[in-house]
Amino acid sequence: MTASIIELHGVGKRFRSADGHPRPVLADVDFHLREGEIVALLGQSGSGKSTLLRIMAGLVPADAGQVRYRGQPLSGPARGISMVFQSFALFPWLTVQQNVELGLEARGVAKAERAVKAEEAIALIGLSGFEGALPRELSGGMRQRVGIARALVTEPDVLLMDEAFSALDVLTGERLREDILELWDGGHMPTQAMLVVSHNIEEAVMMADRVLIFASDPGRIRCQLSVQLPRPRDPESADVRALIDEVYALMTAGAARPTRAAGTVDAAVAPAPLAERLPAADVARMDGLLELLADPPFDGRADLPQLCEEAGLPDAELLPVAHALALLGLAQLDSGDLQLTSLGRRYVEGSHGLRRDLFGQQLVTHVPLIAHIRHSLEQEPSGEMPDKPVLRLLSEHLDDTEAGAVLQTAVSWARHGEVFEYDYNTGALRLPTGEEETATR
Amino acid sequence: MDRRQFFPRPVVEAGTNRWDWALLPLVLGLLVLLAYGAAQMTRPFALGDPLPLSLDPSHLPYYLLRTNLRMLAAMVLALLFSAVFAVLAAKVRAAEKVLVPMLDILQSIPILGFLSITVTGFIALFPGNLLGVECAAIFAIFTSQAWNMAFSLYQSLRTVPSELDEAARVFQLSGWQRFWRLELPYAMPGLLWNMMMSMSGGWFFVVASEAISVSDQSIKLPGVGSYIAMAIEARDLGAIGWAIVAMLVGIVLYDQLVFRPLVAWADKFRFEDSGSDNAPNSWMLNWLRRTAFTRRAAAWLVDRLEGSLIWFRRHHDGTSIRARPRIAVAAWQRAWDAVLAAAVMVALYQLVRFVHAEVGWSEAGHVLGLGLVTLARVLVLIALAALVWVPVGIWIGMNPRWSGRLQAVAQFLAAFPANLLFPVVVVLIVRWKLDPDVWLSPLMIFGTQWYLLFNVIAGASNIPAELRHAARNLGLSGWLKWRRYLLPAVFPSFVTGAITASGGSWNASIVAEYVSWGDTTLKAHGLGSYIAEMTAKGDFPRIALGIGVMCVFVMGLNHFVWRRLYRLAEDRMHL
Repeated sequence: MTASIIELHGVGKRFRSADGHPRPVLADVDFHLREGEIVALLGQSGSGKSTLLRIMAGLVPADAGQVRYRGQPLSGPARGISMVFQSFALFPWLTVQQNVELGLEARGVAKAERAVKAEEAIALIGLSGFEGALPRELSGGMRQRVGIARALVTEPDVLLMDEAFSALDVLTGERLREDILELWDGGHMPTQAMLVVSHNIEEAVMMADRVLIFASDPGRIRCQLSVQLPRPRDPESADVRALIDEVYALMTAGAARPTRAAGTVDAAVAPAPLAERLPAADVARMDGLLELLADPPFDGRADLPQLCEEAGLPDAELLPVAHALALLGLAQLDSGDLQLTSLGRRYVEGSHGLRRDLFGQQLVTHVPLIAHIRHSLEQEPSGEMPDKPVLRLLSEHLDDTEAGAVLQTAVSWARHGEVFEYDYNTGALRLPTGEEETATR
Repeated sequence: MDRRQFFPRPVVEAGTNRWDWALLPLVLGLLVLLAYGAAQMTRPFALGDPLPLSLDPSHLPYYLLRTNLRMLAAMVLALLFSAVFAVLAAKVRAAEKVLVPMLDILQSIPILGFLSITVTGFIALFPGNLLGVECAAIFAIFTSQAWNMAFSLYQSLRTVPSELDEAARVFQLSGWQRFWRLELPYAMPGLLWNMMMSMSGGWFFVVASEAISVSDQSIKLPGVGSYIAMAIEARDLGAIGWAIVAMLVGIVLYDQLVFRPLVAWADKFRFEDSGSDNAPNSWMLNWLRRTAFTRRAAAWLVDRLEGSLIWFRRHHDGTSIRARPRIAVAAWQRAWDAVLAAAVMVALYQLVRFVHAEVGWSEAGHVLGLGLVTLARVLVLIALAALVWVPVGIWIGMNPRWSGRLQAVAQFLAAFPANLLFPVVVVLIVRWKLDPDVWLSPLMIFGTQWYLLFNVIAGASNIPAELRHAARNLGLSGWLKWRRYLLPAVFPSFVTGAITASGGSWNASIVAEYVSWGDTTLKAHGLGSYIAEMTAKGDFPRIALGIGVMCVFVMGLNHFVWRRLYRLAEDRMHL
């Protein structure tokens, strides 16, 4: 067996939520990054995979467990570990060359030697001629090339990529990915191992030797999948398609309540928590996807990768919508397929009014948070209350930004189903107009 | 092999070009002037010596030079102060707890208050030399410049974008490298903007800080400010006119030779990717960039800096035993908090005793009442100025042909020390026998209203074209158009302008509520005139009381009104 470069043993991480309660983000993660492999880390947003990457980069300290790099405990960024950022993180006031030289300058490499090495890295990544440009003069794809050259010029042992292609358009992202794989397979990189954090399933399958699938709340490795296809891989080949299907199935397993700890015994019995992380799905997209699903060629059942293609959405955007539909009982997720339920069928065929009523009814029965807000509003004589208590409830389990996001999703759904309304200016939740009177009586 | 390298370098490379020849006399002349002015600043001087001053306009260029030297010295000091303050406050938590509230308070202390309190100390520091008085004046100007610069730098250091922070850490930048490569560049646009604002403030107070009275002696340092003070004593309107011209020249020179090149140069530090396409331009910067001499000087400086970056590097990484996190000792933090709390209690006790023993509670109540009067003035004036300048600003901002030019004019007017025009107003009030309580008030906002104007112009010219089309398409007109479209669109920039205008007005109240022209002194009832009057009398306990009360009012207004409006603007009406 090849040597481990980074080892994680029982790593855990907690953040403090607003009321001071510690909230676990990662729990008990064991992981070895070995020489000569590319590992992809897949999971929903908020599942803690970025935190795990930052722990390996030495940017965030772990609360529990051990992190070792080449056998040494890691308590800060190490010279052998380099990183490529989602938002490029280039210094806008430094030229391409100065940006690339940054890591060398920090190490005290002499100017002439720096220039030579930077030139090599810039040429390697295909940016020759742009040495003197400022980052703002470059397109997104070229900026990320600078980010990669900057990471490679220090000859890192390990390259960490944090959603490095997700800020780029699909075509540019694919092209850059292929270029990196070419460098890797051609042995032009000094790097011994790569860790790629992604929420794009195809990307993970195309790149990695191992795919780790992350579960959330708290984040941990749910399962792993070894990919033994030779690179370059053809996204259209049957092997790759089968793998993608398999990953979809794994990722949507137990998706009716995707955010809860699947597999724990009491999860099936206990009622859904009030402060669950609702999938951030847009109502118009939910409608659109249902219609797409009901129509031919799918006729009510679709393979998720195909649905992605047909809808023109990347999987990272389609999955929350699918999860939301499953949560509301309008569709079912089943081994990588999305199937319309009979209720979903009625919804698609119904008029505007019927859709609204069905949606509202499903919200109240399946989303405890929305039911609870509606119940509380009905008790108010004015049919109105501030959003503060709801946020307080949510922040018992989520951090502030997440709590805000969940409330926003709940409000947008509730508006669509006319369960309650929200006034942005006053920050007040209230019953829909025309219903206040019935509430007070 | 190239043969040329056997010759002495300066001969062969001919490292000069025609731009050098133009720059040479300028540089030499500037050096001579600086040396001469600096030598004059350190002349022997004893309290009571008369300083030669003349109202002859031919002396004005020399006075302008002296004033400019003071401004420059104060600006350099303010920059150093800002750097030290910001780094300490941003990096050391224990220091942050003290420094930030302290700066908040210092910011709201009226600038003239510093002068009357510190001047004796400075004179004692350099006995028998003019430098002591010069230092007092420079310190007063410094206090008008330093606080907002320090605050801006501190804010920038605290808000470095997280991804750049992470990149700097992943690539192992040391503290020194981080400051020069990340923190200072990121802070540069904000710092520069605040430097320009500070300079405007400095011009306003230079007039007051050069004519100092200590123990019934009035010292007038050679400078434009003293020239104006003398002209006022002598009731010489012509001399005032000359002083205005000199001031204009000074402001234009600073703008063209210092700030415009700096702004054009700092454009590369903009953090947003997109933004305005019209990059600022400066003939001075172009000229300097074309000159071989300055290019070499700049390259030399950059080399030294980069050398220092390599020198102060981090020698260990995250796998070293030295990188292990130190466990913070909670007991130390608690002890520090206890020390701070004790200091606050002692200060509070001293304050109560001071008021009780030195001035009496009825006086304190009276000063609070005066504070309310000045507060009313500030609020009414800002409302009035808004009524006038918001529609004008919107109109100008929507006409792209005018907005660029007029915005620059408004910015320029804001830099112009409005107190130069006070004598004219006094003459008018005396001639028409007007009530000074009412008619002195507009002076408070005279200099600061321009901040309102140019912020509103900027806001209106940034209204997206689509929004304008939509408004026209919907046929919005009349009051509805203002209420639903124009006013909300400029609200955020209006609030920014109003905050600056309000702060400036409080400061200006000390000069504006108590105005002299020869031996006529007009006085409006208010906190500003109280402080000015006590300063003239040299009554320290009452000066301190007045300043303390003003401080409380300014902080209260900032906290309860402006900060809330600002947050509202950021939340709701962001375009």
